[in-house]
Amino acid sequence: MKHFFRVAVLVAILTVLIGFGLDNSGYMPALASVQGAAIDALFRKHIWVISFLFSLISGFMLYSFVAFRRKPGEEGDGDHFEGHTGLEIAWTILPLGIVLYFAFLGAAALAETRRADPNAHKVTVVGSQWSWRFDYEDYGFSSTELRLPIDQQSLLTMTSTDVIHSFWVPEFRLKQDALPGEGMERELRITPTVIGDYKLRCAELCGLEHAYMVSDVIVMEVSDFEKWVAEQTEGPSDDPIERGELWYEQYGCQACHSIDGSDRIGPTWAGIFGTEELLTDGTTIVVDREYLIESIVDPQAAIVEGFETIVMPPTGDSMTEEQIHDIVDFIESLAE
Amino acid sequence: MDEKKKVNFLKLGLVRGIIFQVVGSIVGMGIVMLIRLLMGLPAWNAEPVWVGGTFVGVITFLIGVGAFSDWFKWAKGEKTSDHHEADPSLPGWAKYYSISLDHKVIGIQYGVTSILTLGLAGTFAMIFRTELAASKLQYIDLGTFNSLIGLHGIVMIAAILLGIGAMSNYLVPLMIGASDMAFPRLNAFAYWINVPGALLVVSSLFLGGFDTGWTAYPPLSARAPLGMQMFFLGVYVIGLSSILGSLNIIVTTIRMRAPGMNYFRMPIFVWAAVATSIIGLTATQFIALSFQMVMFQRLLGMGFFDPTNGGNVVLFQHLFWFYSHPAVYVFILPGLGMISELLPVFARKPLFGYKWIALSSMAIALVGFFVWAHHMFTAGMEEYLRVPFMYSTMLVAVPTGVKFFSWVGTLWRGKISFPTPMLFTLGAVSIFLLGGLTGPPNATVATDLHLHDTYWIVGHFHATMFGGFIFPFFAALYYWFPKMTGRMYNEKLGKWHFWLMYPAFYVQSLGQMRIGLLGMRRRIADYDPALNFDFSHLLITIAGFVIFASVVIFLVNVWMSVKRGEKAGTNPWNSRSPEWQLPTPIPEHNYADHPFEVVGEPYDYGLEGSTYIKMSAASKASAAD
Repeated sequence: MKHFFRVAVLVAILTVLIGFGLDNSGYMPALASVQGAAIDALFRKHIWVISFLFSLISGFMLYSFVAFRRKPGEEGDGDHFEGHTGLEIAWTILPLGIVLYFAFLGAAALAETRRADPNAHKVTVVGSQWSWRFDYEDYGFSSTELRLPIDQQSLLTMTSTDVIHSFWVPEFRLKQDALPGEGMERELRITPTVIGDYKLRCAELCGLEHAYMVSDVIVMEVSDFEKWVAEQTEGPSDDPIERGELWYEQYGCQACHSIDGSDRIGPTWAGIFGTEELLTDGTTIVVDREYLIESIVDPQAAIVEGFETIVMPPTGDSMTEEQIHDIVDFIESLAE
Repeated sequence: MDEKKKVNFLKLGLVRGIIFQVVGSIVGMGIVMLIRLLMGLPAWNAEPVWVGGTFVGVITFLIGVGAFSDWFKWAKGEKTSDHHEADPSLPGWAKYYSISLDHKVIGIQYGVTSILTLGLAGTFAMIFRTELAASKLQYIDLGTFNSLIGLHGIVMIAAILLGIGAMSNYLVPLMIGASDMAFPRLNAFAYWINVPGALLVVSSLFLGGFDTGWTAYPPLSARAPLGMQMFFLGVYVIGLSSILGSLNIIVTTIRMRAPGMNYFRMPIFVWAAVATSIIGLTATQFIALSFQMVMFQRLLGMGFFDPTNGGNVVLFQHLFWFYSHPAVYVFILPGLGMISELLPVFARKPLFGYKWIALSSMAIALVGFFVWAHHMFTAGMEEYLRVPFMYSTMLVAVPTGVKFFSWVGTLWRGKISFPTPMLFTLGAVSIFLLGGLTGPPNATVATDLHLHDTYWIVGHFHATMFGGFIFPFFAALYYWFPKMTGRMYNEKLGKWHFWLMYPAFYVQSLGQMRIGLLGMRRRIADYDPALNFDFSHLLITIAGFVIFASVVIFLVNVWMSVKRGEKAGTNPWNSRSPEWQLPTPIPEHNYADHPFEVVGEPYDYGLEGSTYIKMSAASKASAAD
C-alpha cells in the first residue's frame, strides 16, 4: 500500500505543477471574439485533463523506475501477476464516460459558435491565389481589407475562385475552408469584441505563395464602420485608370503581375502595352487591347514564350466588361 | 571468407531491375507516343507519355529483378525449388540485392530500405527546417519548399510502411513457429515493388515537383506540375505492396501457427501485426482510388473534382481520409505491439492483461474505420457530420487508454533493467502519451476550429509517429540485433542515441505545439517576423538536427557492430519467445529441424518452473550448441 500512497502524492504534485504551469503559460493568442470564448473555455478543460492523465501515467512509470529497478547483482524475476479484470473494466468504463462527456462539451461549444443573429452584417469572402477580396453586397462595394464593426455579428460567406483556401484569424479562433464551385459556399459567424488590427492568413496550402496570402482585418467602432461604409459606397472614381488600379488589387492580379517591373510569376505590366511578344506557337503578336482582353477572359488561348508552365485562372469570368476595360486602361497607362 | 569472390554486378537483381526500369520506361514512352500518333494526336504530350512510360517501367523492373520468374515457370508447367538463393558464384551479402524467398532475408531487405528512406525523408526535413530557422526566405525558394514538405511526408510514410514490413516479415513467422510466410513469392514481389515505386516518388522532385503537400487535395493537385503524377503513380505502386503484404501476414497467422499456439498464446506483437494487416488489406484501395481519380482527371479530362465541370472537391477528401486516417493506425499498431512485447522481458513480469491488450488492438483497428472525417471539421463537408464524427473519434481514446494502463501494470513490482531496447520502449510510451493526450482537443470540433492546419497538429502527429513507430522501431532493431547478426550492438552508442533523441524530440514537439496555438500555420515557407516565432523555430530546428545526429550515431553503431561487435549468445535477453530458443544464425528453414509445441503462456516471467514452448527431443540436441 505504501507504494500506492507515494505514487498518489507524486501524481498530485505533477498534476498541479504541469496544470498550473500550462494554464499560466499564455498558450493562446489574445481573444477577440464572442465565439472564441466558448472554444477557450473548452480548451482549458482539455489542458487540465491532459495534465492529470500525463501525470498519472508518468508518475506511475517514474516511481516504478526507482522503486522496482533491478539492483546491481540482483537475480530473478518480478512478482507474478497476469492482470486484473476488475481494473481493466474500470479503466475502460471511466475513460469512456470522460470522452463521451467531452464530446458533449465539444458539441455544446460548437453550437455556441454557430448561434445566429438575424441582423448580422453580411460579407462574402472570396479567396484567390493568393489574395482575399471582401464583397459587402448589402452596400454594393468590395474591399481588399476586412473591416468589421465591434460587438455586432458578421456573417461571412466563404467562396473561392480557384483552389481551396482557409479563413483563419487566430484571435477569433474560428477556421473555415473556402471552396471553389457553385453551391459550395460555407459560412462562419464572428462577433468581434476588441477593437484593433488583425491578420487573416490562409490556413490551407494553396500553391506557391500560400505563405504570403494575408489580408488586414480591422475591427472598428460601429460609428467608424458606418463612416467607412459611406465613403466606400460613394462609388469608385470616374477615372477608368484609377478604377483599373482598384480592380488590379481586388481581383488578385497583383499576386502574379507587378506594376513596377519587378519579377513575379506572371509578366510585369510595367511597359508591357504595345510591345511585341513571341508566342509558344512561334508567331508574334503585339500586346494591344484585343490581346489583353483575350488574356484576361481566356488566359490559355495564346501564351507568351517562357510562361507555358504557368496556369492563370480565368479571372475575367468574375468581372464585368467595363471592369476588364478599366484594367486594360490601367495597363495602357503603365506603358512608358 | 567468400568476400574475395569477384562480383558480377549484372547478376544482382537490384541492378538488373533498375536497368530494366529505365529501358522499360523509355520503351513505354515510345509505345504511348505511337498510340497517340495512331489516334491522330501529336506524339509528344509530357503528361500521358511520362505516366504511361513510367508505369511500363515499374512492370519491367519487376521482370528484371525476377519477381515473376517462378510464376512464369509455373505457367509453363515447370517445377521450382522452395528456396532459391542468389547465384552461388556471388558472395553471401549478394542475396540481399536479389530476389530471395526467405522471410528473414526479405525482412532485412525491408528494414534496410526503411532506414535508407527514413534518412532521405529526414534529410528533406533538415533542408526545410534550416530554411524555417529564421523568418524570411534564405536558402530555398517557395516551390522547392512546397515540394520538400510533400516529399518529407510521403517518403516518411513509405519508410514507416517499409519498417512495419520489416518487423512483421521478420518476426511473425518466427514468433508463431512457422518455417516461412504462407506465400513466399508474393512476399518477395510485395517487397520489390516498393523499389520502383520509391524511385517514382523521388523522381517527382526532378519533374517540376508538386506544391500540394502529401495530401494532394484537388483542385490544387489537378493543376500542379508533372511531378504530381509521378507522386500519384509511386504511391499507387507502394500501396499495392501494402495490400499484398497484409494478405500474407493474415494468412500466415491463421494457417501456420505451431501446435498448441492458440490465438491467445501468440506473442502479443502478432496480434498487432494482424490488426494492422486487416486495415492495410481493406483500406489502402481508397488512397489508390482517390489518387487515381485525380490522375484520370488530369490525363483524360474526367471532372471528378473539377468544380467547373460539376465535380466536388470535398468528395476527394472523404475518399482520401477513408484510407489515410486508418493508415495512421497501420503506422502505430505494430509499434504499440512492440512496446507490449518488450516491456515484460525487461520488467521480468507477465504482460498485464494480455487479452485486453490484444483485443484493444482490434478495437483500435475497427473504430479507426469510423473516424476519417475528423480531418475535415473545417473543410466544409456537410455540417451534420461533424458531431457524430467527434463522438466516434473520441472513442479511440478508450482502447488506447487500456494499453497505457496495462503497460503501467506490467512495470509495477517488476525487476526493471534499462538496456538500450528498454530505453527506447519506455521513451515510446512517454512520447506516445504526449501524442495521444494532445489528440482529444483536435477531436472536439469546437477546439479543432482553432487547431486545424496549425503547427499544433504538426507537433501532435509527430509525437504519435515517434511514439508509435520511430521509438519502437529502434527498440526492435536493438533488441533483435543479436539474433539477426550474431553480434551485440555497442551499448554506449545505443545510450547516446537514446539520450540525444528523446529530449530533443520533446523540445521539437512541444515547441511546434506552442507556436501552433499562437498562430503558426502549417506548410508555410516563411512566417511574419511580427509574430515573434523566430526563437522558437530556431530551437525546433536545432532539436531536429540533434535527432538527425542521433540517427547517424545509430548507423555508426550498426556498421561497427555488424563487423566487430561482441559475439552474442543465442538468448541474451533471457526471453521466452520461440525465436530466441533457435541457434544463431537462425537456420534457413527456421523450425523445420527444431519443431516445438506450445505448453504454457508466453509471458509467465517469474512463475516457477513454467515454460512457453517445449522443443521436441530431436531438436534439443542440435539447439544446445
